[in-house]
Formats: sequence, C-alpha cells, structure tokens
Amino acid sequence: MIEVVDLYKSFKNHEVLRGVNLKVEEGQTLALIGGSGKGKSVLLKLIIGLTKPDRGKILINKQDISKLRGKLLKQLKERCGIVFQGGALFDSLTVFDNVAFPLREKTRMKDSQIQDTVLAELTRVGLSGAENKYPAEISGGMKKRVALARCLVMKPEIVLFDEPTTGLDPLIGKAIHKLIRDCQKSLNFTAIMVTHEIPAIFSLVDRVAMLYNGKIIASGTPAEIETSQDPVIHQFVHGELEGPISIQ
Amino acid sequence: MNWILTPFKIIGNFVHTFIRELGRMACFLATSFFWVVFPPYLLRRIVKQINFIGVKTTLVIVLTGSFTGMVLALQTYYALVKFGAETSLGPVVALSLIRELGPVISALMVTGRAGSALTAEIGIMRISEQIDALDAMALNPYKYLIIPNLLAGIISLPLLNAIFVVVGVWGGYAVGVGLTGVSSGTYFGGIRDFVSEKDILEGLYKSLSFGMLITWISCYKGYFTGYGAEGVSKATTQAVVLSSVTILIWDYFMTSILLT
Repeated sequence: MIEVVDLYKSFKNHEVLRGVNLKVEEGQTLALIGGSGKGKSVLLKLIIGLTKPDRGKILINKQDISKLRGKLLKQLKERCGIVFQGGALFDSLTVFDNVAFPLREKTRMKDSQIQDTVLAELTRVGLSGAENKYPAEISGGMKKRVALARCLVMKPEIVLFDEPTTGLDPLIGKAIHKLIRDCQKSLNFTAIMVTHEIPAIFSLVDRVAMLYNGKIIASGTPAEIETSQDPVIHQFVHGELEGPISIQ
Repeated sequence: MNWILTPFKIIGNFVHTFIRELGRMACFLATSFFWVVFPPYLLRRIVKQINFIGVKTTLVIVLTGSFTGMVLALQTYYALVKFGAETSLGPVVALSLIRELGPVISALMVTGRAGSALTAEIGIMRISEQIDALDAMALNPYKYLIIPNLLAGIISLPLLNAIFVVVGVWGGYAVGVGLTGVSSGTYFGGIRDFVSEKDILEGLYKSLSFGMLITWISCYKGYFTGYGAEGVSKATTQAVVLSSVTILIWDYFMTSILLT
C-alpha cells in the first residue's frame, strides 16, 4: 500500500507540491491526472525515492521512504519499478541487454536463466524478435514496451508509470494500456499511472486522483471523477477551454 | 546609494557562486572516491573506459607528439646553434617533453577528444532520465558512470603521456639528426646524461593528476547538466574550457612545488 501524507516539495522558490495526500490500496491501479508541469512526475520521483521531499511522509507498506537511507532505501527501491516518460532505455545497449541489465546487476542468475527470463518478458510485451535492436532503431511504442519489460523483469510489487502512452498513436496507446492492464492482472502489482489519456484511461484503472495547485483535489472511482460537478475537475476531464483553470 | 552597492553585489554573487560550485565539485569527487572502496568493482566497465579515453586517443597523441617533438627540435636547434650549443639538442627536447609538453599537451588532447564526449554522454543520460533509471533500480550511478571514468583517466593519462614523450623524442631525432645534422650519439647521449628519474617522476605525477582533473570536471559537468540540448551543449563547452584552464593553472603550481 502507498500512502502520501501532507507532502511538500519546492524547487528554488517555486513550490510544486503543497500538501499532497494520497492513498493507493494494494493491487490497485490509480490514474494521476492534472495539468502539464504541475508536479505529477515530481510526485512519482518522490514516491520511488529519487528525490527527497521538503516535508511530509511517503509510506510504502508503512515504511516512510523519505526517512530511509542506505541499505533500507535500496531494499525498498528494489521492490518498486518505474516506467519513465521517454522509456529511459540505455542507448548503448540492445533491447535484450536493456532488459537483462537489472538481472545481471541485481541477481546471481546464470546467463542461460537470464536469456530465458528476458526472452519470456519480451514475448509478454510483444517484442520477440527485436532483442538485437538498439533503442535508436525501434519506434516509440516499442521503446515503451521495452521499458515496461525492463521494469517487470524484476517482478516489482509497485510500478509507477509516467505518461506511458504520450507521443503514441491512439491504437498503439490503447495496446500499451491493455498490456499494462494485463500485466497488472497477472503480476498483481500496485500501480500509479500519470496520464493525460482522459477518458480512455477511466475504463482501465481502479481509482483516479487529480492534482491541482500542488494538492490532490479529488480522489475517487473513475465514474465519480467523470461525473464530478466540481468546476475544476469538470473542466479538466471534459477538456473545456472555459472554466476556473486558466490556460497559459 | 544603490549604484554604489551594485558592483559589490555583483562581486559578492560571483564569489558566492564560485565557492558553492567548488564545494559541490569537491563533494562530488569525495563521494566518487568513497564509493571506489565498495563492491561491485565493475572491472569490465573500467577496461571499456580505458579503451575509450586511452586507446582511442592514441592516434591523436602519436600525431601531436611527433610534430611537437619535430618543431621543438627545429626551433631549439636554431637557437642553440647561435651559442654553439647544438650538442644540447637531445636533452633540451627530451626534458621539455618529459617535464612539460608531454603531460600538458596529452592532457589537452584527451580533454578535447574524450572529456567533451564524456560530458555529452553523461549529460544526455541525465536529461533522458537514464541516470534516474539506474537510481530507480537501486544501482549507484557513481559506480556505473563516474568511478570507471575517473579510474580510466588516472590510468590512461600517464600511458598516453609516455607515448607522447617517446614519439616526441623520435620526432626531435628525425629533425635534429636527419635534417640539421646533429649526430645520433650526441642526441641520445645527451638525453642519457641529463634526464634523471626525478624528471620522469615529475611528468608522471602531473599526468596522473591531469587524468583525475579531466575526468572529474567532465563527469561533474555532465552529471549536473542543465535542461535540454542547450544545457548539454553548455555543459560540454564549460567542461572543455574549465579542464583546459585548470590543467594549465595546476601545471604551474605542480611545477613550482616539484622544482623546490
């Protein structure tokens, strides 16, 4: 279970998060929506321990990740995975080596076992046959799949997705969403997905939370968010130009 | 009143930024050396970086070394001949190369060829979140990116310096003996008589420290690069300029310490 309590984070003089409170139950998938550049990715990086909050708590299975250091933080990170917006694949490694990387560095598996595991993972994400290609030689959709495979190969309990379908055409976007849903069902991980795919994402997640002005202003089922009468949520979910959210 | 204070504010800001940057750089280096001690040692990655920083710079070093030795012999010969001291050509060329030109020019060549590439590579890894990906996998980015480069720089520079000096001495020989007519025995005999172990050690200490300086500055600038392509381009320029200037300044201080 992930619980964020009264979280603050600022960069120089700009306060990005101003008291975020959020809860994700075990095995659930939560979609995090909100305007661009408003701190959704920052929140993900805080949850996975890539950066420290100014104040507040981030509890993962009741352990505060913001207070952990050294070995304990490492152990907690090993139970989490993140799929970055651009994939963050190592461009000097092939698709196979990218997926094999965490296995080689974090486990004592034999080469033959690594080979089998990586090929199975690539098959799961629909990329068998692409293992010898470099990230520069594959499409955006394939990169996201490789990133997903690299993340899932370590069997994480928590997976964070930072706009996993940004920049993809609607069909490939839908295929990636379905793939994430299928993987979530088979591996039963807890997930937070930052996304702008509204309302398409509503049919794939258990809950939706909206970040606005550095706070979570609403958290509920997709149906509750979709039918919300709150003017901010209504304007954002329905993509209306007129409303309380100013477009800059 | 403001116009009186403005210059002090500017100077104050500059000094503050400079000291803060220096402190961050020192912490970066200290953190890197702290992690050197702990496993995994990633020997394969260190060898790969020695290939990148050292082996791939060899051709440039051979070219610059040979022509530096040749031009040095030519200039020195025409100066020495005025005093009838052309028999000193060998030691003058060798000592200049061993003590100064070898370490400094080879370091500047490595800065231009490998230092800039290191900053750009690490900078691109930073902006494309590859460093965050390493961190998210609970892998230490210092171990994977910084330490192999630091060690490779410290190992490669003395070797490149040695190649530069040897090729430079032979370049000087080609001009001194082949063109100007100094005898082969005089050229090498003078080198044997005047070049001591202390001179060779001076060059070695310099190139060791230059190897660390170049990779330290290049990795630091890449690791803390700014945003986007402009940030990486700025970081790369800063790395090359700062490394080159630091090499020359550090060379002066090392020379003054080692000569006393």
